[in-house]
Amino acid sequence: MQAAVNPGKVLLAAIVAAAMAFSSLPARADDPWPDIKRDVFENRDIAEEDGTISLDAPYRAEDAAVVPLTMRIPASIARNVKTLTLIIEKNPAPVAATFHFGEAAGAGDRMLSTRVRIDMYSNVRAVIETTDGKLHMTTKYVKASGGCSAAAGKDMDEALASMGKMQIRVFEPATPPSSSPDMREAQVMIRHPNFTGMQMDQLTREFTPMKIVQEIEVKRGGVLIFSVEGGISISENPNFRFTFGAEGNAPIEVTAKDTDGRTFTGTSADKAT
Amino acid sequence: MRFSSASARFLAPCALLAGAALWAAAASAAPEPLAVREIAPGIFVHQGRYELFTPRNEGDVSNSGFIIGRDGVAVIDTGGSPRVGASLLAAIRARTQLPIKYVINTHMHPDHVFGNVAFEGEKPTFVGHHKLPRALAARAARYLAINKELLGDEAFAGERIIAPTLLVDDKLELDLGDRTLLLEAQKTAHTDNDLTVLDKKTGTLFLGDLLFVEHVPALDGSIRGWLALLDQLKQRTEIAHVVPGHGPATVPWPAAMAAEQRYLDRIAQDVRAMIKQGKTIEEAMRTAGLSERDAWLLFPDYHARNVSAAFAELEWE
Repeated sequence: MQAAVNPGKVLLAAIVAAAMAFSSLPARADDPWPDIKRDVFENRDIAEEDGTISLDAPYRAEDAAVVPLTMRIPASIARNVKTLTLIIEKNPAPVAATFHFGEAAGAGDRMLSTRVRIDMYSNVRAVIETTDGKLHMTTKYVKASGGCSAAAGKDMDEALASMGKMQIRVFEPATPPSSSPDMREAQVMIRHPNFTGMQMDQLTREFTPMKIVQEIEVKRGGVLIFSVEGGISISENPNFRFTFGAEGNAPIEVTAKDTDGRTFTGTSADKAT
Repeated sequence: MRFSSASARFLAPCALLAGAALWAAAASAAPEPLAVREIAPGIFVHQGRYELFTPRNEGDVSNSGFIIGRDGVAVIDTGGSPRVGASLLAAIRARTQLPIKYVINTHMHPDHVFGNVAFEGEKPTFVGHHKLPRALAARAARYLAINKELLGDEAFAGERIIAPTLLVDDKLELDLGDRTLLLEAQKTAHTDNDLTVLDKKTGTLFLGDLLFVEHVPALDGSIRGWLALLDQLKQRTEIAHVVPGHGPATVPWPAAMAAEQRYLDRIAQDVRAMIKQGKTIEEAMRTAGLSERDAWLLFPDYHARNVSAAFAELEWE
């Protein structure tokens, strides 16, 4: 069996969780949201749960180091969305990622999915900013623990040996088209340990230095679909699945940079899909 | 200093009382020997419960064993807490006073290594896969924090992670006098530090968590590596019977691996098909391998996580 079994079974944590689950409770000393709202969004007004952005997250994470999150923005607002900020409130660096959308993101229903580390029971917030400067937010509560200090990788040698390898997959259009026939879906995967800097080596008593993919650009025919500034909360082997405008046949091109100054590139033309 | 006879007379009953109290305290603190079964001459196995760590089970949720040779004893896994380790030691001492020469860990998981600390006083050599020290080092802080909560202060008391000093790169033989143990460091399968122990005299193979019986398997390494290793182990003819990491004390080989192989195969097939169809990791965690649900204990505690791990591995194929 393995160690980190079932955080849901820890009574104390469950009580904390129950208390935290109601975001309408008055702000408490340990509520990180007011500070985040001030630092990241300059205390601007944020419309909540108004149907402009949705977030799928597991209520209880099976693996705190690999928690899948999916954001959706309906077509009616998608074309006006400039950025999407993903916040994991209780992580050491709460801003998990900031996505900037470009022209090639398309005008249909927009979807963006990634996998994150969650360090303790926390609210996860997805905040979009539209071209008129307005902010909209949706929030989900996720029970997870230890995602940031979890040892990197199930096979450490494999993780380091294959660093920088990229896989880009463009999916066949759904038949019949699910919602937006003018949209396609693709996935970008980058082999990278994404060391958080919080993983301690008990032999040397030193932390493995932070080494993360911090910037990724995904384009099509030279036009931006999205770019992302990622932090330590993005899981090992960063993985993004997203929609883009279907018109044309140009391949998807990806450039990624890590904190060691390495640049990795890939294109969907490299591989038949 | 000498006592006067008066104080000696006064002291004697006190000493007796104090002695009795100490003896009583020692008796209540003395660990109950762990129940073990002799599965082959000189080979004893304790069967752990099919449970997650709780204060009540004190971490007694995995199999452990010991092999008594002419010159000494080899212990294979030590249970999930200092208490379980001490009870295993008591079970050994109820059968032999020979020195404990080796404490062998089959892999890094706390339910197999947390009892190591109870054996430190016996001054054995701790033995493991060459990747075990690194795996433990990287996880120690988290293992200690999480399992302290799960086990509670009492069962966790005295816990320290003890890493092996004798490392197995590929194969290593340990001599217990009249019997030789063959230790083999395996490639990444259940974890990246699985070690098997074969008693050549009786053909008994300790598989650690490379084999789960009844208790659902837990994947923390490589599903491809695990399936490949099972295929390879199936061909070995010198194996008479095996000891799983979770399951009955001993089971026939290779018959007893059929269920686990079927389970891992099912996950691999379902996940591969879903990846091919462009399905997501969330969808896979909800539906892959569900035909196995009724075949295993603790299925809800491990299965979705196994699928998640398999998906993250197989999507790179």
